[in-house]
Amino acid sequence: MSEDEMLDKETTEPEVWLLRLYIAGQTPKSVRAIANLRKICETHLENRCQIEVVDLMEHPEIGRTDQILAIPTLVRRLPEPITKIIGDLSNTERVLVGLDIIQIGGVDGNDATDPIRK
Amino acid sequence: MDKACTHEPQQLPKCLTGIQGLDEVTNGGLPKGRTALVCGSAGCGKTLLAMQFLVNGATIYDEPGVFMSFEENEKELEENVASLGIDLKELVAEKKISLDYVYFDKNEISETGEYDLDGLFVRLEYAIKTTGAKRVVLDTIEALFSGLSNESIVRAELRRLFRWLKDRGVTAIVTGEKGAGTFTRHGIEEYVSDCVILLDNLVHDQISTRRMRIIKYRGSSHGTNEYPFLIDEDGICIMPITSVGLTALAPTERISTGVERLDIMLGGKGYYNGSSILISGTAGTGKSTLAAYAADAACRRGERCLYFAFEESDHQIIRNMKSVGLDLKQWQEQGLLRFVASRPTLLGLEMHLVRMYKLVNEFKPRLVILDPISNLTASGETGEVKIMLTRLLDFLKLQGITAIFTNLSSPNQTETTELQTSSLIDTWIALRDIEMNGERNRGLYILKSRGMAHSNQIREFILSDQGIDLVDVYTGTEGILTGSARFDQEGKDAAQRLLVQQEIERKQREVDRKRAKMEAEIASLQLAFDADEEELKKLIAEEAAQLGALAKAQKDIAALRKGDK
Repeated sequence: MSEDEMLDKETTEPEVWLLRLYIAGQTPKSVRAIANLRKICETHLENRCQIEVVDLMEHPEIGRTDQILAIPTLVRRLPEPITKIIGDLSNTERVLVGLDIIQIGGVDGNDATDPIRK
Repeated sequence: MDKACTHEPQQLPKCLTGIQGLDEVTNGGLPKGRTALVCGSAGCGKTLLAMQFLVNGATIYDEPGVFMSFEENEKELEENVASLGIDLKELVAEKKISLDYVYFDKNEISETGEYDLDGLFVRLEYAIKTTGAKRVVLDTIEALFSGLSNESIVRAELRRLFRWLKDRGVTAIVTGEKGAGTFTRHGIEEYVSDCVILLDNLVHDQISTRRMRIIKYRGSSHGTNEYPFLIDEDGICIMPITSVGLTALAPTERISTGVERLDIMLGGKGYYNGSSILISGTAGTGKSTLAAYAADAACRRGERCLYFAFEESDHQIIRNMKSVGLDLKQWQEQGLLRFVASRPTLLGLEMHLVRMYKLVNEFKPRLVILDPISNLTASGETGEVKIMLTRLLDFLKLQGITAIFTNLSSPNQTETTELQTSSLIDTWIALRDIEMNGERNRGLYILKSRGMAHSNQIREFILSDQGIDLVDVYTGTEGILTGSARFDQEGKDAAQRLLVQQEIERKQREVDRKRAKMEAEIASLQLAFDADEEELKKLIAEEAAQLGALAKAQKDIAALRKGDK
């Protein structure tokens, strides 16, 4: 991704990325997901993101209201639209595509971000 | 987990569904604390069955439940069951039922790396805990396969989920769409080993029949047939119509046929209560009228009568019967008579049967009329109709309900009903038309009537606005005569009788006349004799006098001659 594109993005999108990660207890997958997410934030979002970790074991009612099915689930609450990524976030490129941080191209095109999102 | 039930190894603990018929077929419900799979194609009632299981649990058996839906949201679910008179919202508010709509869209979710479905478990656990649920429904859990791309994870998680449900001791229903060659599209039946129920929607000759079959029920006996079921305003209603065998009691009580003369023909007392009666006949011979008379008689006795009409609407029947002097409307208004009018093609045979069962159970009639059974062939083969009628009769007999069937027979085969039902029938009344001299009259006779002395005579069956009249047909040298021919012949006979009478009288008169003549002759002879007698007596007297005179003269002469003598 070129520098120009990055600039373009920054002008249209808010400064802060609000990411919420849903886990259920400190399982290896959850721990891995947290670590992966932090790494991605540091390297690709230059710490312009806020990470919120929600443990469903502590707040089981949230699972229903936020429609969480798989664990771990990462939800990009800001910038809109809301997108969801499930899994331990081990494949950084797919996470970046899923979060719409990088455009498709070069990376496998199957994970195309859907323009008709809610 | 409910450990209490495991102490009874003989009987697998079961969980009543409260669904009419299902508990009978499964001998007491679904396996308690286990997971049952309900599978079937789209629109065959899986969700409804699952929902009824939950709602009945919450309302009847005090077992709260969790409904986790993967297809419909809470509002849709509420609306769907509202038509069955179930207020899901209230049950949710009372915390008797928890609805959880699991929404996910493949397009909104991207997958990266390993995951599990703990979110689902947490939600389920939370819902079970907050309601104290004993029952769980996962409606079309296979939707997970289309929502998540990693099938091996989904499979592993499903296996874990079913294990987990068992550990929680909840009785669960999972539903699955039927796949090609498998019970469910993704083969989840391999994880659910305790109980599998298949729902099905068979379409035969454009008529659809819903059916249910228990494919497996580990550790329990169960009905193995395909049971037809109905979805109506009460939800699912399964009728386990098995052959109940010949165990029905035989009541000796008799009931009137509604026609006095027919009662007399049937040993003077009418039908047996709880027997099966067939009224067969060609078109327009008055089968329905005879049946309606029996209905009227039942209502008069204060008994309820259920009238299944396959040809006419209730209005039509009431109007038509009014023309023969029957007021059926009063009974309908009093709630003693209920008409169920429908075309046979409305439902498949099985469904007709199920509906009849249901209505009989509901209405509790003493008399059931099917008018006519011959029309049922429109929705099934003849053999099937016979099987259906056998089952219906068994059912009715077991409850001591009298059944009257009418059957349209073809003119050539009055004595073999099209449906070969005669062997099922206790009393068979045949109506036939007798065509003669350019007119058609109705004849009635009793082909058979088990267990009673009955008339062997053909009676002429006359319908008028006064009602049914049975009169003796003319039997004489001219053969059997009915209608105007009978009337005519009776007139001729009368004339003949008159003629003979007159002849007798004429001869009588002749005798009298002859006697008078004779007597007159006797009198005249007597008279002549008397006259002759007098005359002769006079002559005799004269001649005697003459004789005396002669003797005296002789003497005088002798004296004169001085004879020596």
